[in-house]
Amino acid sequence: MDDLARELIIDRYQNPQHKGRLDPHDLGYEDDNPLCGDHIRIELRVDENDVVTEAVFDGHGCSISQASADLLVEKIIGKPLAEVRAITKDDVLESLGIELGPVRLKCALLSLKVLKGGVYGLEAGQASDELL
Amino acid sequence: MQTLNIEALKRDFPILAREVHEGIPLVYLDSAATSQKPAGVLDAMDTYYRRYNANIHRGVHKLAEEATGAYESARERISRFVNANQAREIIFTRNATEAINLVAYSWGRKNLTKGDLVILTEMEHHSNLVPWYILAEERGIELAYVPVTPEGLLDLDTYRMLLERKPKLAAFTHMSNVLGTINPVREMIAAAHAAGALALIDGAQAVPHLPVDIQELDADFYAFSSHKMCGPTGLGILYGKERLLEAMPPFMGGGDMIKRVELGRFTVNDLPHKFEAGTPAIAEVIGLGAAVEYLAEIGMEAIHAHERQLIQYALERLEEVPGVWVFGPEASQKGGVAAFTFDGVHPHDVAEILDGNGIAVRAGHHCAMPLHQKFNITATARASFYLYNDHRDVDVLIEGLYKVRKVFGKNDKPQGQAHG
Ligand SMILES: Cc1ncc(COP(=O)(O)O)c(C=O)c1O
Repeated sequence: MDDLARELIIDRYQNPQHKGRLDPHDLGYEDDNPLCGDHIRIELRVDENDVVTEAVFDGHGCSISQASADLLVEKIIGKPLAEVRAITKDDVLESLGIELGPVRLKCALLSLKVLKGGVYGLEAGQASDELL
Repeated sequence: MQTLNIEALKRDFPILAREVHEGIPLVYLDSAATSQKPAGVLDAMDTYYRRYNANIHRGVHKLAEEATGAYESARERISRFVNANQAREIIFTRNATEAINLVAYSWGRKNLTKGDLVILTEMEHHSNLVPWYILAEERGIELAYVPVTPEGLLDLDTYRMLLERKPKLAAFTHMSNVLGTINPVREMIAAAHAAGALALIDGAQAVPHLPVDIQELDADFYAFSSHKMCGPTGLGILYGKERLLEAMPPFMGGGDMIKRVELGRFTVNDLPHKFEAGTPAIAEVIGLGAAVEYLAEIGMEAIHAHERQLIQYALERLEEVPGVWVFGPEASQKGGVAAFTFDGVHPHDVAEILDGNGIAVRAGHHCAMPLHQKFNITATARASFYLYNDHRDVDVLIEGLYKVRKVFGKNDKPQGQAHG
């Protein structure tokens, strides 16, 4: 892994900017990565124009899963839900700035899966990798 | 007892000569997941395919005779390796998991009914939990668990108390794949028998690393996997006492497991074929035959002693690394397995950084989620040793762990200096 990218990831892991809970929130969703036990919950507040006004994540797991969640949440603040729905896995990987093997890819994309599960209004546990 | 020449042993395993990244040799510390294979095992399988590949038990031609002979003589060798009473008590399955499932489905369905109790433990691999969960759902049997103490040992007082409830079966691991704990299985089996229960032992981690004498243990069922003991994947072994196996219904139906089939009915074949439906893993059985010969030649006592020494050294060195916490009992009560957490660093990150140094360890729950829940953690990193590992491998691991500290910004400057 390239050192600069790793530094960013470890910095976000150790000092997340958007970790916490929103009470109350308009959207909340969570999921696990069963392979490694990573867990992510994302909570959003959305205004009357469907724009995300606040967003946080909470959870535990490896540096990649947690940094990816922090960066993703940061990315969506101020964005309309339509744009949030259009975020792709390449967007997430680009903000992480690293190449990942198939196992770590699951770690990196867990937050996106959670986010999409939330914005598509799915029941907990229903979001699948196809959403990504 | 002679000490092993590890330098020479390493040369028996072609894969250990490879580099993982340019200029970085492999340090393989994941043998609890699967072991590496010596050249003799690879050659035995290769020779079968090149020289006498044929199906077994059904041809009269030369190749079929040779293949059948090699397959059955491997069964004899494997039987002697674990000191089964007779080779017909050795059933080939796909892996240890299938061996345990065979008992649950065949013996369990016939002998367990609603309200019957089966004792398991909190340190079981999922393969010795889930088959019983399925049966519990299907049959309404009850399951109870022997707790694990904070030191990583089974709470034997509770085990004895549970036995007073007259269980039908106690099923537990010989050696934990996470804590490394070697359980007092002989005493536990005797206690189960005294309570009128049968005992099934998951020996997936024991047979590769310890001398195992199934008759001396008096196990009723004993399951293990070829791929963890220098043999190929795709092959597991179920030992069962003859009279138990004789009384059990077949597990799967098809060719080889029958004596005679008419339209609408069949008669079951004799042991061990009764439980080996369809074409088995012929090359793999022959490969495992070569593996047990290899291990027997080195000597299981010597392998066990070597690993004990190595884990003792590893535990001492791991203790030095700030932030590292090893789970499980002290070296005298465990095999060559060290599962640990690292303060502030997820096990996946530990494993990835170690991989950069060529070190293969496993990170995750190691198919023992309930055990991790017991210790309130989701995952550990695990280094596990085998006959081909030495002190140098441990030293490389420790260097790697200091690198993890560095990458995660933990300052290891000499005491007294400011921390950044
Ligand atoms: C203690 C224990 N039991 C059972 C198994 C299952 O072995 P297999 O996956 O070969 O069926 C393993 C292997 O991971 C193990 O460590």
